[in-house]
Parts: sequence; structure tokens; C-alpha cells
Amino acid sequence: MPTNDSSSVKPERRRLVEILLGGGLVASVISFIYPVLRYLVPPPVADLGGDEVVACKKGDLKPNSSKIFRFGNRPALLLLTAEGEYRSLSATCTHLSCTVQYRNDLHQIWCACHNGMYDLNGKNVSGPPPRPLEVFTVNLRGDDVVVRRKQGA
Amino acid sequence: MKLLQQAYDWLDERLDFKDLIAPLVKKTVPMHGRSYWYFLGGITLFLFMLQVCTGILLLLYYRPSAGEAFESVQYIMTRVQFGWLIRSIHSWAANLMIFTAFAHMFSVLFLKAYRKPRELTWVTGMLLLFLAMGFGFSGYLLPWNTLAFFATKVGTDIAGQVPVVGKWIMIFLRGGEEVTGATLTRFFGFHVAVLPGITTVLIGAHIFLVQRFGMSVPPEVEERWKAAPAEASEMKFFPSFFLREMMAWYFALAVLGVLAALLPWELGTKADPFAAAPLGIKPEWYFLFMFQTLKLIPAKVWFVDGELLGILTFGAAGGLWVLLPFFDGAARGRGRRMILGVGIFALAFILAMTVYGYVAK
Repeated sequence: MPTNDSSSVKPERRRLVEILLGGGLVASVISFIYPVLRYLVPPPVADLGGDEVVACKKGDLKPNSSKIFRFGNRPALLLLTAEGEYRSLSATCTHLSCTVQYRNDLHQIWCACHNGMYDLNGKNVSGPPPRPLEVFTVNLRGDDVVVRRKQGA
Repeated sequence: MKLLQQAYDWLDERLDFKDLIAPLVKKTVPMHGRSYWYFLGGITLFLFMLQVCTGILLLLYYRPSAGEAFESVQYIMTRVQFGWLIRSIHSWAANLMIFTAFAHMFSVLFLKAYRKPRELTWVTGMLLLFLAMGFGFSGYLLPWNTLAFFATKVGTDIAGQVPVVGKWIMIFLRGGEEVTGATLTRFFGFHVAVLPGITTVLIGAHIFLVQRFGMSVPPEVEERWKAAPAEASEMKFFPSFFLREMMAWYFALAVLGVLAALLPWELGTKADPFAAAPLGIKPEWYFLFMFQTLKLIPAKVWFVDGELLGILTFGAAGGLWVLLPFFDGAARGRGRRMILGVGIFALAFILAMTVYGYVAK
């Protein structure tokens, strides 16, 4: 083994310097990227409304008509069937999240974006929607029509 | 690894990297006692790039309307994670950038790097300095706080006093007779679209000219080197000078990080157009010397309006400043001595008036 051949010693020391320099550089770049990545994540929006909301007053809706109201951060649909029964469902189409509407000529719920159809129980009956709409419970409390999320849903 | 090599070879076959970077490899930087002044332009460029990055980040949450601007900046500062840091960096880097741009300008002036054939480099550089100040002026209003509101009122009012076109300029800047939400929307547009576009083109031209002519050697050094050619020394730009430049950038980043983290930029109170101006309304420091001078000029000088006289003088001085290199060739050295004298006077004037502006009530 050569005793003072610098060429056999140098690469190893060079390697150490490279690791120290490169490591320091990588570490500092990470320390710049990290705050930026955290910054990109929007802060959570406070959930407005919770699990229960007054959708309208009794008598606001005529039979065979509907309205869209705000339930938490999302739109929901309240409809009064021709038979005088309240139904409430999520108004967000399960296909690509457009807002659906009640078609009083077809007595069905329809999404205008891609012609998706749901029946009044929220079941997807035709078109692209893959799942039924979430159904809420409707209670009458005095004059208020109260919509509530189903427990465990 | 093999895939990477293949991708490289594929690109190399088409672009011929060796030929592409040939000018970079050939480029050298003269080494002498004042070489470190060469770093200032690069640092300014680096700070500008940081401004672009942090500015884009701020755009993710900022809302440019009188009703929402202040609240959205407040939201960035308090709710968004590291939002305070991003905004602080944007504000501090803006101030540092204007400082390094001024320092760069004066270093070029005193090292006489503006002389033939670099007149156009100087002109584009001066335009960039004005643009930087435009960035500062327009960005200052965007948080829609009291200080910014009144500073903008005063600033646009000054523009309005220019004869003939002044009124029109003021209405154009304000988007109406008064500083309102319309002004904010305009300034936002200038700040994030118009100015960055023009600046990018001018920076391209400026850097192209710097590459085209190479680094200037101060005339004193040039003469010494001519007398004793053995003394002349230079450094390869790549990698030697480039690595030093990177270290300078890294150092600038460290200074910026410390300032932004330890002295986060304040937001102040929301602007109220129908409240009285609070005490101590002052423009940003880089406008302070002009502001202070205008305050000192009496209302009437002989028969001319004092304010107008000040504005016209500053306008004329700014214009002449852009054309400074063209006086260099005058009458065998006299032009150069005159430029040096004017430069020293201007620097002393700016420093004195800025300090005075801070001390004065």
C-alpha cells in the first residue's frame, strides 16, 4: 500500500466535503420548500350550520315545487311533492358535483350538466351518476321546515 | 440513471449543449480590488426573482377590492400557515431590492462602468430602477391600510400637478377623481401584470447587453493593466465567479430570512376614506428624499408655484440622469469629472434628505 500517494487519499476526503456541502444545501432547500408547501394548503373553512338547518317556512313551497338552500357549506334541495310530502336531499350530483334541480314536469331530480336523473328517493335512475343522492330527514317544528342530517350517515 | 442519460443524449443531439453554453464557458470576469461591486446587479436580479415567486404565492389568497383587500391580507397573516413569512419576505425583499438597485446604480456611476459602449446598459438599468419604484408605489397600496391609502393620495396628487398632462395622469392612475376601490384594482393590475411584463423584457435586454460587452474594468485599473499587462487578472465566470455569485445570493437570502422572521411586516389599520389623515404620513424610504425636498420648497418661488418647481426639477434631474453616459465623452475628461461631481452631490443629497425626512416631524 502506498504511504504518501495523495491520489488515493484525496477522493475520500473530497467525498466527505461533497457530502457535507451537498447535505447542507439540500437541508436548506428543504427548509425553503417546507413553508411554501404548508402555505399552499388552504386553511380549513369553519363548518357553517352543523347538522340541522331551517330550510323554509311552512307554506313557502307550493306542491310539486322545490327550492335550493344552504346546508353547511353545500347546497341542498327541499321539495314538496304533488302529494304534499316534503323531501330533502343533497343537491350535489354524485357524478361531477354539479347542483341538481327538481323537474316538476318529470317528477324527478335532474342534473343539467350531464343529464343525470334521480328519483325522489335520491336513487340514480338514468344517466351517468354512479351513486344515489344523500337523503336528509325533514321535520316540521311549528312553522319551520327543519332539515337534518340522518344519524350515522 | 440510464434513462436520464438517454434523455440528456436525446436533447443534446438536437440542441448541442456544448455550443449552447460556449459563451458561458468562455466568459471571464476581471479581478481587481473593486470586483465585489459586480455582485450587486446579480443580487438585485435574485431579489426580483424572489419577488416573482412570493408574489405568485400571495396571489393565491389576496383579493384586490376595497372591501376585501385588507381582510385578505389579514387572513394571509393570521390564518394561512407561514402566510406571515411569505408576506414579510415579499415586503422586505422589495425594500432590499430597491436598496441594492440604488447601490448598483451608484457603484456603476463611481466605477464609470456606464461609459462607451455601455450607454444602453445604463439606460435600461435606469428604466428598471424607475420600474422598481413603480412596483414599490403600486404594491404599497395593495394591503389597503391607512398609511398606504394616504401615501397613494399624496403620490398621485403630486403626479396631478405636472402641467398640461398632470390631471389626466392622475385620473388615469386613480381610475377616477379620487383614490377609491377603482384605484386599488388598477394598481393591482399594474403591479401584477403590466410592470412585471415590461420589467421582464427590460431585464432580458439589460442582461443581454451585460453579456454582450462583458464586465467593465474601471478606467484607473484599465490604465494600470495597460502599463503592466502582467498585472491584469481575470476569473472564469463558470464555475469560479458563478459559485461566488451563488454565495452572494445565499447571503442575501440569509439577511432577508433574518429580517422577515424577526421583524415581520406590519399591516396597520384598514383604510377609511372618510377619516382624517393620521400623524406622520410618510412615503416609503426611497421616496422620502423627494417628499422631504418638496416640503422644504416654499409655496411660491418668485412667481412659480413651489410644488410645481420641485416636481419639474426632479423630473428633469431624473431625465438627465438616464442620459448621463452621453455626457461622458464631452471635452476631454471634463465630462467625466462633471459626472463624478454630480454623482457625489446626488448621493450626498439623497442621503441627507432621507435622514432629514426621518428626523423631521
